[in-house]
Amino acid sequence: MFEVNSKIETKTLINESQYFPDRLIEYLHRINDYFGCLPKPHLSQLSKLIGRNEADVFGVASFYHHFKIVDHTPLKKITTLRICNGFSCCMAGSRELAQSLSQEFSTDSHINIVDAPCVGRCEQAPVAVLHQYPIINATTQKVLSSIAENNISHPPASDKRHQFSLTEVVHQQNGQIKISETINPDWVGLKAYKRNGGFNLLESLRKGDISKSSIIDELIASKLRGLGGAGFSAGRKWDIVSKHTGPRYLVANLDEGEPGTFKDRTYLERDPHRFLEGLLIAAYIVGISRCFIYLRDEYHGCRQVLSDAIRQIEEAGIIDRGFIDLRRGAGAYICGEESALIESIEGKRGEPRHRPPYVAETGLFGHPSLVHNFETLFWIRDIIEHGSNWFTSHGRRDRSGLRSFSMSGRIKSPGVKLAPAGITLHELIEEYCGGMQAEHELYGYLPGGASGGILPARLNNIPLDFDTLSQYGCFIGSAAIVVMSHIDKARDAATNAMAFFADESCGQCSPCRIGTGRALNLMHAEKWDQESLGDLISVLRDASICGLGQAAPNVIESVNRFFPSEVINDE
Amino acid sequence: MSEIHPENTASIVLNGVRLVVDSSHTILDVAKASGIEIPTLCHQEGWRPDGNCRACLVEVHGERTLVPSCRRLVADGIEIVTNSKRVQSVRNTVLELLATESGLTPEIIDQTTPTNELSKWLTEYNIRPRRAYDEMTHSLPKPDDSHPAFIFDQTACIQCDKCVRACQEEQENGVIGVAGRGADSKIIFGLNQSILDSPCVGCGECVQACPTQALIANQSIADSQTIESICPYCGVGCALNFHVNNGQIISVDGRDGPANHGRLCVKGRFGFDYVSSASRLTKPLVRKTGAPKDPSLLDTENLGSFDWSELFQEVSWDEALERAATGFKTIIDHHEPDCLAGLGSAKGSNEEAYLFQKLIRSGFGTNNVDHCTRLCHASSVAALLECIGSGAVSNQVQEIKYADVAFLIGCNPTVNHPVAATWIKNATKSGTKLIVADPRKTEISDFSAEFLQITPGSDIALINAMLYVVVTEDLVNKCFIDDRVDGFEAFQAHIQDFSPELMAPLCGVSPTQIRVAARLYAKADRAMIFWGMGVSQHTHGTDNVRALIALAGITGNFGQRGQGLHPLRGQNNVQGASDAGLIPMMYPNYRSVEDKNNQDWFEHFWSSSLSPKKGLTTVEIMKAVSNPNSDSPMIRGLYIMGENPAMSDPNLHHTRAALAALDHLVVQEIFMTETALLADVILPASAWPEKTGTVTNTDRVVQLGKAAVNPPGEAKADIWIIQQLAYRLGLNWAYSGEYHGVSEIYSELRDVMGESFAGIPWARLEIEKSVTYPCAKTTEEGSSVVFVDRFPTESGKMRILPTQYRGQTEKTNHTYPFSLITGRLLEHWHTGSMTRRAFTLNSLQPCPEIFLSPKDAEDLNVLNGDMVSIFSIRGDISASARIDETLAKGTVFLPFAFYEAAANILTSDQLDPNGKIPEFKHTPVQLSKSRSHRHMSGF
Repeated sequence: MFEVNSKIETKTLINESQYFPDRLIEYLHRINDYFGCLPKPHLSQLSKLIGRNEADVFGVASFYHHFKIVDHTPLKKITTLRICNGFSCCMAGSRELAQSLSQEFSTDSHINIVDAPCVGRCEQAPVAVLHQYPIINATTQKVLSSIAENNISHPPASDKRHQFSLTEVVHQQNGQIKISETINPDWVGLKAYKRNGGFNLLESLRKGDISKSSIIDELIASKLRGLGGAGFSAGRKWDIVSKHTGPRYLVANLDEGEPGTFKDRTYLERDPHRFLEGLLIAAYIVGISRCFIYLRDEYHGCRQVLSDAIRQIEEAGIIDRGFIDLRRGAGAYICGEESALIESIEGKRGEPRHRPPYVAETGLFGHPSLVHNFETLFWIRDIIEHGSNWFTSHGRRDRSGLRSFSMSGRIKSPGVKLAPAGITLHELIEEYCGGMQAEHELYGYLPGGASGGILPARLNNIPLDFDTLSQYGCFIGSAAIVVMSHIDKARDAATNAMAFFADESCGQCSPCRIGTGRALNLMHAEKWDQESLGDLISVLRDASICGLGQAAPNVIESVNRFFPSEVINDE
Repeated sequence: MSEIHPENTASIVLNGVRLVVDSSHTILDVAKASGIEIPTLCHQEGWRPDGNCRACLVEVHGERTLVPSCRRLVADGIEIVTNSKRVQSVRNTVLELLATESGLTPEIIDQTTPTNELSKWLTEYNIRPRRAYDEMTHSLPKPDDSHPAFIFDQTACIQCDKCVRACQEEQENGVIGVAGRGADSKIIFGLNQSILDSPCVGCGECVQACPTQALIANQSIADSQTIESICPYCGVGCALNFHVNNGQIISVDGRDGPANHGRLCVKGRFGFDYVSSASRLTKPLVRKTGAPKDPSLLDTENLGSFDWSELFQEVSWDEALERAATGFKTIIDHHEPDCLAGLGSAKGSNEEAYLFQKLIRSGFGTNNVDHCTRLCHASSVAALLECIGSGAVSNQVQEIKYADVAFLIGCNPTVNHPVAATWIKNATKSGTKLIVADPRKTEISDFSAEFLQITPGSDIALINAMLYVVVTEDLVNKCFIDDRVDGFEAFQAHIQDFSPELMAPLCGVSPTQIRVAARLYAKADRAMIFWGMGVSQHTHGTDNVRALIALAGITGNFGQRGQGLHPLRGQNNVQGASDAGLIPMMYPNYRSVEDKNNQDWFEHFWSSSLSPKKGLTTVEIMKAVSNPNSDSPMIRGLYIMGENPAMSDPNLHHTRAALAALDHLVVQEIFMTETALLADVILPASAWPEKTGTVTNTDRVVQLGKAAVNPPGEAKADIWIIQQLAYRLGLNWAYSGEYHGVSEIYSELRDVMGESFAGIPWARLEIEKSVTYPCAKTTEEGSSVVFVDRFPTESGKMRILPTQYRGQTEKTNHTYPFSLITGRLLEHWHTGSMTRRAFTLNSLQPCPEIFLSPKDAEDLNVLNGDMVSIFSIRGDISASARIDETLAKGTVFLPFAFYEAAANILTSDQLDPNGKIPEFKHTPVQLSKSRSHRHMSGF
């Protein structure tokens, strides 16, 4: 009889007339949102409904952090409290917070307290998330009152913002985007966006007033590179994908998961239409038949903003209904890797694919796919409207363009700073971040989240951009800069990063699955076993399938190179 | 290797040597061909390369990281290094990490001989994992030993995913998956259940694939001798290896044969301990004077532990053979040869079948010889011979990958032909669309494009309605009909009465479904038809097959790969036994016994006078024991080899009474079967793994199996026993050579088989093991597709014949409202005499169950496990209920492998007029919830 219940419940929760096997993760969310977990009987029913076997469904569900599988249907909803253990949050005291809360709820089985990897709110550290409600600058008291008030959903934001202008941000000189004290800043709705010239570019393109090739040329001239971290020329990518036989898909990567990164969220929650216009321009030029937006599940507020914004342009007739499919991640850093992201959209475990073939040729559902980071698409309209020269005119130390730095750590004013490429850390801190926090002295910094290595204070004067850090064994990636002071240790940052990689490794290839954990074990030792760590560095870098494993050992090398005294006993 | 064309070649440098190679090859392929060793763990030849273990990494010039050689194709101009310091160092660390993951400490590596692929590489490269890489031991999960045949020890697993690919992509059973992620990722069965609780079907493909023995059979293959043979379960004919130690089969694995390419099912891999069962017959037995032949003991006794020493006494072979032969001679002397009959076996070899019918025909002097084909595909063979001149399949199972559409009707391949089913499932992944019609929603229907859940016995209505659609919508192949079909005009007129609208109510499906299915089939460029007992086991079985032949004919589906007709053969040698003449109306090679020329030919060939009269069929023989009014003489003596009619024949009360009423019954068996219990003389014989001989599978492939072990005690080879009886019946046979002259017997059969076997001498089978017939020359491969440009009929054309819907012979009514279907379970074969004595198989499915639909169960207020009684006009049995969602309301399924609830007590012995096959697939029955508990069970 229980079987009957779970069958009816599953159907009711999913509430679709037709089931699509690739939408498994969406369906899992509907069950998980309702129960706070995934009861096995419902997984079994879901497997029958979508025609995928139970092991497959279980395998997918268990891959993602945000799904909790339980044997039986719970009597009462389970609420999960996630406490961010990203390095910025740790520096702001999230470990102490976690400890105190675990003691509070040690006996309550309906509050499930877990450590979460970076939730993308480093400027508001420390952060806890109660089901879908982010508690910023969290304290034990704030969390307790949220639980008491059952604040479990993200309050919707209003679309009453008049304007958000990148050029204005740049011209303010200090590149500050005003940090909202709330978790739901106003956003620019379609009316306001259009009032300020929004979608004119798309329209003239569609009318044929502007040629496709002129736009690709402009883009190539702007030297706009993929801003998710890999830095491939956007214009060239368009060119490559458009030459493969269709149908072609566009995949927007909003799985902003590199610890320390929050730029995409910051822009998205203020000006979603600027991104959508960029996406539609790319789609038009490359000849895309359908667009998929993969948004990290942590961004519950953005999901509402984005789905409202998509509905607005559907209703305005700018796109056909269903042309843009908004997909929800489920807590997996690896899905920021483009091929893992594609697997996830296909409803599978987010395991990166081997290359070749490249996704530009064989991507989503086996078709040529244009995969872009959010910010890359966010820039399209401004670069075309203001011209590539405007974009390249910015820059310091022979670098050109603008970069959105996600600044966090021991600085006075954290947040997203839109600054010229080639700027140094010193300039960023002094010009954009109001200096170091009082009584803190710069010790070192992570220039590119957990993957990009660690640099010492003395290298605060080197240009920050793509390619400029490779001589130091580092890279800028998504430009997530975490600033450490004299009270921090580089080995703690390194260990935090390695624990993150071990946790986020998909487990597919042996070097990363085993090597990250073994490295973490060795990094706990006061004095590091350099020979054993050295072999792990080689095997991770040379034998891992994807960038996660390949970049994981960067932090070990950085500590050895720039902070050797931290890991060697002075005997 | 195929010829290399310049456009698909690549010029490469491999370890400094310039080579020109086929560009469709991987680096690993090329390295192997050059004799360069590269370690692999997650790789398996022929499977999708996954590249996850990273043991096979090599250096490719210009690439930032190392490259997995198992999946990287060579490309023009690449330079590959497989043995640089960088490669060696990284590879060693990879293997070292895998060793720590698999729990292989330096001590274990040093102290044991390598038993798996991983330990082999560690030993070869002298790798001992350093302590620094020890896993921080958290609680180690206990091995999953829930399954009777194999264990999964997660601590030894290296996540190579070979088991996942084996289960999901090769066998497509969809049970094994990967759960979790990172270091916590692990192999799971079903919803992370124990193996036994999961939907695992026990095929063991995962065990065969595992490189670290994390999945390991309960019995290991260490220190064993390997003997190549063929699986004796079902007609697929999987090639396998018996691993033998100390005279016992220790384990079995799949061999690369044409039907299976290494795959096996649960029976083929884990079903061979019956051979060494303590209940094997080891001494010749004769019935004690005065010991009654009481068929009722089959109803009341626990046959698993029945002590039969009261009934039989052990005697010497001489005495037993003398008693056997004298009994037959006495009947011939006092009555006439046609008072004798023989039932041979489709479970034995071609040589046994050939000798057996030769003995009956020339030694007994009668054509009363038949075998269980009568109970399975007799109607198929009758229709095929009549319409296209040959009873064999036109195309082989694996050709389904070339078919656009395959129509599966009345067959349940995942259960009855599991390895064939894997090829069918694989084909659906590469685009073949399935149409499945069956009263049960079988597992294969999960892979179908169209599924029609038809009423039992409505096949002919369905097929005729499909034919109507094809004809009236002009979807016929006119050229093919003009060139190669006789009888289309008459057929065209006849079919007008079978519109989907008229037929659909009889079939229990909608007219639209029928139209959609018919169009899908007819519009396919290449379409195959597969059918099984669901089509043949009806009193209108021959008509069913005639209609299917017509469907293939008017759409022109003959002559190419991926077309044609494939009756899935049930027993391992039913094709061969029929070829060898184990049927009452034909000599070997389907030569009619009523044709004087044939009689003359065989009289000369066998130096013996033969009967000109066609013989009785299986069920007719039983009827003729007790029916003095019939046209034929009363059957008084019967020689049965390896058949169990006291379980497999219909209307068992009657059959068993008939067996008990015989003057003289000789049973040649490996176990004290239900039939043997009624015998006068029992001759202990050999099980398949004790035999050397050939068998012919459903694909017309003749395959050689070699004896792996000796028969127990005084049990003897069947061909020795038949020859001994022949000698005592006065026949002057002289076969010499190894294994009682088996190759000479085969050669004699080959002479009779003419062109079909001309190219398959014994010596060729010794080398190639498997050859498809027809095969005219020793230098040629056999023809996988037959009837390419003509049919083996007089005119060279096929005939299509009109058929009528007559409905079931016995109809459901108020008293017997349910329709009973009998059949097999995956774990049990035929009457269960072998599989119920196989530990794993019987553990998985230990007792009889009555399968009924959820709705009927609800109406009867029955839950899983409740005792249910089932009645037909002929008798009743009881067993526990199993609620089965695959059944429609009103349909009941019962396997016939269980003596405790012998399904054939219920079935009718009315026969199809042509095929003489009974209607096992429909018996009107009544059900009731029963209070009584089963009084006997088990083995």
